[in-house]
Amino acid sequence: MWRLSLYNTSINFLRWRKLAMAWSIIVLLIAVGSLLVRGMNLGLDFTGGTVIEVQYPQPVEIPKVRETLAKAGFGDAQTQHFGTSHDVLIRIPPHGEQRNAATLSNDVLHALQGAEGGAGAALARAEFVGPQVGRELVEQGGLAALGALAGILIYVMFRFEWRLAVGTIAATVHDVIFTVGWFSLFQLEFDLTVLAAVLAVIGYSVNDTVVVLDRIRENFRKRRKGSPEEIMNVSINETLSRTIMTSFVTLLSVIVMYFFGGVVMHGFSIAMIVGIVVGTYSSIYIASASALYLGVSREDLLPKAKETADDRP
Amino acid sequence: MPTPHTLNQYPWWKYSLIGLVMLWGLIFALPNLFGEDPAVQISGARANIPIDTAFQSRVAALLDTDRLSHKRLELEGDRLLIRFSDPEEQLKAADILKDQLGRDYIVALNLASAAPRFLHALGLNPMYLGLDLRGGVHFLMQVDMEATIKQIEDSYVEEVRAQLRSEKVLYASVGRVATGGVQVEFKDAAERDKAASILRKNLSSLQQSESGPLGLKLTLGEREIKEKRDFALQQNITTLRNRVNELGVAEPIIQQQGSDRIVVQLPGVQDTARAKEILGATATLEFRLADEENDWNQAATTSRIPINSRLYKDRQGRPVLLQKRVMLTGDSIVDAASGLDQQSGGPAVFVTLDGKGAKRMEDATKDNVGKRMAVVFIENKTETKRVDGELKKSAYTVEEVINIATIRDRLSRRFQITGLDSTREARDLALLLRAGALVSPIEIIEERTVGPSAGKENIAQGFRAAAIALLVIAAFMTWRYKSFGLIATAALAANVVLLIAVLSMLQATLTLPGIAGIVLTMGMAVDANVLIYERIREELRNGNSPQTAIHAGFDRAFDTILDSNLTTLIAAIMLFGFGTGPIKGFAVTLSIGIVTSMFTAVTGSRALVNLIYGGRKLQKLAV
Repeated sequence: MWRLSLYNTSINFLRWRKLAMAWSIIVLLIAVGSLLVRGMNLGLDFTGGTVIEVQYPQPVEIPKVRETLAKAGFGDAQTQHFGTSHDVLIRIPPHGEQRNAATLSNDVLHALQGAEGGAGAALARAEFVGPQVGRELVEQGGLAALGALAGILIYVMFRFEWRLAVGTIAATVHDVIFTVGWFSLFQLEFDLTVLAAVLAVIGYSVNDTVVVLDRIRENFRKRRKGSPEEIMNVSINETLSRTIMTSFVTLLSVIVMYFFGGVVMHGFSIAMIVGIVVGTYSSIYIASASALYLGVSREDLLPKAKETADDRP
Repeated sequence: MPTPHTLNQYPWWKYSLIGLVMLWGLIFALPNLFGEDPAVQISGARANIPIDTAFQSRVAALLDTDRLSHKRLELEGDRLLIRFSDPEEQLKAADILKDQLGRDYIVALNLASAAPRFLHALGLNPMYLGLDLRGGVHFLMQVDMEATIKQIEDSYVEEVRAQLRSEKVLYASVGRVATGGVQVEFKDAAERDKAASILRKNLSSLQQSESGPLGLKLTLGEREIKEKRDFALQQNITTLRNRVNELGVAEPIIQQQGSDRIVVQLPGVQDTARAKEILGATATLEFRLADEENDWNQAATTSRIPINSRLYKDRQGRPVLLQKRVMLTGDSIVDAASGLDQQSGGPAVFVTLDGKGAKRMEDATKDNVGKRMAVVFIENKTETKRVDGELKKSAYTVEEVINIATIRDRLSRRFQITGLDSTREARDLALLLRAGALVSPIEIIEERTVGPSAGKENIAQGFRAAAIALLVIAAFMTWRYKSFGLIATAALAANVVLLIAVLSMLQATLTLPGIAGIVLTMGMAVDANVLIYERIREELRNGNSPQTAIHAGFDRAFDTILDSNLTTLIAAIMLFGFGTGPIKGFAVTLSIGIVTSMFTAVTGSRALVNLIYGGRKLQKLAV
C-alpha cells in the first residue's frame, strides 16, 4: 500500500545529502558542458529565419518535397514531417538582403503547390522572424528569467531568512540549468513557448520549495529539541506526501497537454515535465541541504524578539 | 477557542458573497457557450456611404437572388452583419457581395459570436481569441528611421540652397554629411555670417555650428527629430489603416509598438500574399490644375480627351478633367492636419510644404487665383496572379481625385483646404495627404501566420487537453481524497469558470499557450487543496477531532498557499512584462488563474466543506 507508505515516514533524507549534492553537481556539470559544447538548438524565435508548416490532403514523401524546394531555389531548407505524414515543416535559415524574407513563405507555398501532387497543399502556419527581433527576444528572455529569479529571491528573503532564500534560489537555478541542459543534451528545439515553460518551472520550483521551507520554519519554532538536520528531516517527511501529490497532479495535467495539446505544445510540455520532476527532487534535497551547509540554526528562524533588537548597540 | 459546533461555519453573508461571485462568473462566462457563426461584415468605404435598412434590404435581395441561405442580417451602427450556418455559404456570399456592391463597400469575413444579442447588449462578450486560435496574420513592421532622417536632411539641402539663392548669398557647396547634418561651405567668412543669420531666421529649427574654416553645419534639433519620427510612424500607421480597410478585415489591429514599430494583426486573413502586396503598396500625390475649358462629362462620355488634359475619376466615380502638367508632387508635403477654419468655422485641412514645394506652389498658383486645383492620389500596387500555372507579378496603378478646391489666393508654404462637407471628410483627406507625402521606408521584421483550419485545430486540441486534464485530475483527487476530492473538483471547475469569466470581461487575448496556462493552473489550483487535505489528515493523525482538524488544516495551510502562489505570480508577471504575443497570453491566464484559484480553492472549497460538515458531529472523516 503505497498510500500508507507516504505517511509517518522517517526517511533520513539528509543523510544522503552529500551523495545528492555530488549527483546534482555532476548532472549540472554535464548540463553546462553540453550547453558549452553542443549549445542550444534555438528555435526560430531566437535565430530568426522562416518556418512554414504545410498541410497536404494526402501523405507526402519528404524527399519529393526537398526536391521541389531545391528546384525552386530553396536548397538550404530543412524539411521534416510534423505530427503526421500529411504535415510538412520547412525551415529556412535567415538570409541577408538577397531574398525578401517577407515574401519567402508565399514563394515556398507557391512552389509546393505548383509541384506534382501539391495542388491541395495549404498553409497551416508561417512564421518569419527578422534577425534583430531574434536578438531582442534572446536578450529579453534572459532578462525575464533573471528578473523572475531576483524577484523571487527578494520575496523569499523577506519572508524567510537569507540561508533559506539562498537554498531556494540554489534549488531553482539547479532546476533551470537542468531543464535547459536537457534541451541542449537532446538537442530539442528551444523556442519562446519553451522559454515560457522554463519561467513557469522557476515559479513552480519555488512554489514546491517554499512549502518544504514553510514546514522547516514551523518546526524550528515548534520543536525545542533536535539538531537542524533532524528538524529538516522531520519537515521533509511531513511534507513528503504533499510534495509528491502536488507534483503528481501537476505532472498529470502537463502529460495530458503533451499527448493532447498538439505538436505545437510538445516543447512546452517536455520542459514542464522535466522541470516538475527535478523541481520535486530539488525542493527535497537542494534547498534544505544548501541551507544546512550554510549553517542555518533555530535562532535564525525564531521571530525576532524586541529585546534582542534593543540590545544592539 | 470556539467549540467544535461553531467551528467551520461561515456567517450567511459569506456564503452569499461566494454565491454572488460564482453567479457573476457564470454570467460572464456564459457567452462562451454559444460558439461562433461564420459571418460577412459590410461597412462603408467612406463616411458618406449609408448603411441603413434600405441597404439591408438590398443585400437581402442580392442574397436571395443567388439562393444563399443565411441565418439573419443584423444592422449594428455603421455595419451590417450577415450570419451563415456554414463557412462555404459565407465564402460564396462574400465573393458575390464584393462583386455586386463594388468599391463603395468593404466586405469582410468575420466570425461573429452566436450568443443571443441581449448578452452582447449587456456588454457580455466571449473571450477574445488570439490569431493562433482563429487564424490570421500578424506582422511586426519597422519604420526605417535612419532613412527618414536622411530624406528630411536631403530636403533641407534643397531648402538651404533655395534660401541662400533667394537672398543672394554666395556659397561654395551644400550637401548632406554621411554621419548626419547638412554642411554648407562658403568662399569667405562674411558670406558665411550673412548666411548664418538668414538661416537662423528662416530655418530656426536647425541648430548651427561652425565646422571647418569656412563651413557651417546645420543639424536637426532633438525635438524636431522626435517630431519627424513620430510623424513618420503615424504616417505609416495611417497608410496601413487605409490599406487594411481595402483588404476587408473585420477586426484589424494596427498599433504602435515602441518608438519605431507597428504591429498589424489581421484575423481571418487567408491570403497572406495578397495582404503583403496591399500593405506594401506605395502611394504618391499629385497636385494638378483643373481643365476649366472643356466639359468634363462630355469628355468622359465621348472619350475625346483634350490633348493637354487627362481624365480622372473622383471618389464617387464622377469624371474629372485635369491638366497634364503636374504642379507639385506629394513628396513636397511636410505635414497635413485636419482642423477648423478660423474664419468660417468649417472643417479644413492645413497643409505644410517644404521650401522647394512652396516655391513651385507659389509659381503655379499666382496666375491661377479663382481656378480649381485637384489632388490626385496614386497608389502603386503589385498583384500576383496565376497565369497558365505560372505565377506572375504585375504592377498596376490606381489613380483617384481625392479633392478639388478653388484657389482663393496665391498659395505658398502653408495653405488650407476648406469647403469640406464634414470633419470626417477633413480627417480622411488629411490622412490621405499624409499617406501620399514623402514615405518612410517600412520593413516586415516578423510575421506569424496561422491558417484558419490550423487555428480551429489548435482550439480543438487546446480544449480537449483542458477537458481531459480536468477529468484526470478530478478522478485522481476523488480517488485519493474521497468526498473532499469531489469538493476540490467542484472548486477546480469553479476556478475554470471564473478564469473564463475574467478573461471574457477583460477581453484579454486567449492564445494556445494561454490554454496551456489554464491547464497548468488546474494542476496548481489543486495544489492548494492537496496542501489543505494533507494538513487535515496530519491533524487527524495527531489525534485531533474531525472538526478541529478541518479548521486547523485550512488555517495552517493558508500561509503556505499564499507563499507558493505569490512566487509563481512573480514569475508570471515577469513573463508578462517581457513576453510577446502568444507568450503574453500564457502569462495572462497563469496570473489570473493563480488569483482565482486562491479564491476557489481556499474560500470556495472551505464554504463547501463548511456547508457539508460544519456544525455536525463527526466521528470519522473520509479524507
